[in-house]
Amino acid sequence: MKELLDLSQLIEQGQSQKALTLTQQLVNSGLPSQTILNDGLIAGMAVVGEKMRNGDMYLPEVLQSAGAMKASLAILKPLLALEGTKSRGKILIGTVKGDMHDIGKNLVSIMLQGAGFEIVDIGCNADPQRFVSAIAEHAPEIVGLSAMLTTTMLNMKTTIDAIAGAGLRSKVKIIIGGAPVSQKFADEIGADGYSRDAVLAVDKVKQFMDRTS
Amino acid sequence: MKKTFKTLAIPDPQQLMFGRTPNPMTCGFGLTLGNGQVFPELNFTLPTMALEQTNWPAVVAQYEEIGSIIERAAARLKPPGLMAEFELLPPMTEHPSWGAELTSVLLKHLDQLHKDTGIPCALRVTPTDIRDVTKPPELRSGKPLELLLQSFEQCAAAGAHVLSIESVGGKEVHDEALLYGDIEGVIFALGVLASRDMEFLWERIIATCSKHKVVPGGDSACGFANTAMQLAGQGMLPEVLASVVRAASSVRSLVAYECGAYGPSKDCAYEGPVIKAITGAPIAMEGKSASCAHFSPVGNVAAAMCDLWSNESVQNVRLLSGPAPEAYFELLVYDCRLFNQALETKTENVYQNLLVSSDIHLSPQAYVLSPQSTSRIASAIVRESGHYAQTLAAAREAATLLREGVQRKELQLNPRETEWLERITRELNALPSDEQQMIVTMQDRYGHLFAANSYGL
Repeated sequence: MKELLDLSQLIEQGQSQKALTLTQQLVNSGLPSQTILNDGLIAGMAVVGEKMRNGDMYLPEVLQSAGAMKASLAILKPLLALEGTKSRGKILIGTVKGDMHDIGKNLVSIMLQGAGFEIVDIGCNADPQRFVSAIAEHAPEIVGLSAMLTTTMLNMKTTIDAIAGAGLRSKVKIIIGGAPVSQKFADEIGADGYSRDAVLAVDKVKQFMDRTS
Repeated sequence: MKKTFKTLAIPDPQQLMFGRTPNPMTCGFGLTLGNGQVFPELNFTLPTMALEQTNWPAVVAQYEEIGSIIERAAARLKPPGLMAEFELLPPMTEHPSWGAELTSVLLKHLDQLHKDTGIPCALRVTPTDIRDVTKPPELRSGKPLELLLQSFEQCAAAGAHVLSIESVGGKEVHDEALLYGDIEGVIFALGVLASRDMEFLWERIIATCSKHKVVPGGDSACGFANTAMQLAGQGMLPEVLASVVRAASSVRSLVAYECGAYGPSKDCAYEGPVIKAITGAPIAMEGKSASCAHFSPVGNVAAAMCDLWSNESVQNVRLLSGPAPEAYFELLVYDCRLFNQALETKTENVYQNLLVSSDIHLSPQAYVLSPQSTSRIASAIVRESGHYAQTLAAAREAATLLREGVQRKELQLNPRETEWLERITRELNALPSDEQQMIVTMQDRYGHLFAANSYGL
């Protein structure tokens, strides 16, 4: 459908106002919200993710696209709820205790939102108990842990241990990221996955969600 | 009494040289900087380990070992002098006695080294700015500020020779503005917020330094310009944006010197050459020999005007050769031998030209770090009054330099970078000269991110 292709291109170009107008037109035409979301908004952000992966788009441009998607999504959200559409998945994300770095975590959140996932961001310096409480409250499928320091990366293990101690480990997949960590470290501390950047984090989350669905 | 710099201490870019400053200074155990030699500055950190009370003896043992490594390596390599930098990790600032204890440990080893070998040396101590634990950060009151100031006080009392910091005032807005490529927000964060916080913080650091006769050694814009540099290095931001941010960040770092700093600026302050041109103070720099900490998009040019040459940070882990701090110290010492041989044989201009010409055409970030660019940016700053006007002037000058570089075919930009340079230029030219007007606009846009009273607004 040409209008959906147009919408995905407007998202890719970060044209919030035009995307918003077209989204409303498509809703008014009676097209299911789920179709508009998948074939318009998420399709546009998929191109953005691909361009970012290939180094063809800078972050400010990606964020502009993400902003356009967010604006259009605001129209669709209540309709999606009415249609009983299930979320693509919920991700809880935070930087572990003792660590105030949040740029990387924020980028991952933005890219995941762009891919249609629901994000619960519990911020920086989040102690293990905060993760445990947030998992109990929000029931995410996936938990993302971020750390940027060699002295705070060990708090990822403490956090995973606390999640296990609370009996929640089997309910979530855990992905870690941040400059000092690696796949080897993820294996050592019992995480389910590792991602070295925001684009790959989206791939990893999709893989896990595909396996669980 | 705050100084204002209306002229350049080094007006001739040809005189902007590694190892030489018009204002040499001595610190620690007889280490004189900027008087015709470049010295290594070794910076180190813990290997992957928990940092808490329960394993504190293991942490102290690490710093004892690093101190011994410095003693051994210096005795073997015989540098003409050295600086060791102890950069506190956040818990070491949150527990001021921890930072002070480790300062004493390292000082003991430098004292022994000096006694045994006569090698001049000094210890720079850099507490972590922990005031950003709340959002928005509470910068002028509260427990984190109290602990930070106590950390400075206790590290000074424990014998630190030079005190520095990488302060974070304004970063809460800068991060957001940078990611969105909002140059107006970047200039506001640096020229209005960061500069105000620098004044607040540095008045207090200078008071502590005066009380303990410690050298105040500058404040790096690491959280601002190095964030931009690293994101640009990873292809996430335009390099031209990072280059303009670098120039603009010089003004907030200069505030430390307006407040009374006179020691060597921090290694990660790549804006250091601008500070050197304006103040004549010696500077530390880092680059290719800091690849243990991060990759560098700027190449050899970073070394062109340094007085201390640093590895930025290395974990105390074992390499095939030996402990990583010793391996990187060796690299720094050999780098410094080249600087010093060039100075001794009066071939420093040739060597500097090689360091500069090998890289400036490859990256706009390197291009703005050449002595000529540095001098132009520094001149643009001292021509203006007020930090906002100076920040704007530095950014505009950097954009002008990049456009001229492209026109002269000294610098190549791909079409996307060219497009961004045009956009940045347009947006910089549209910014108001009236700071108050800027503040009103930015409070609307970013008021949710910062507390106005943290900046006296």
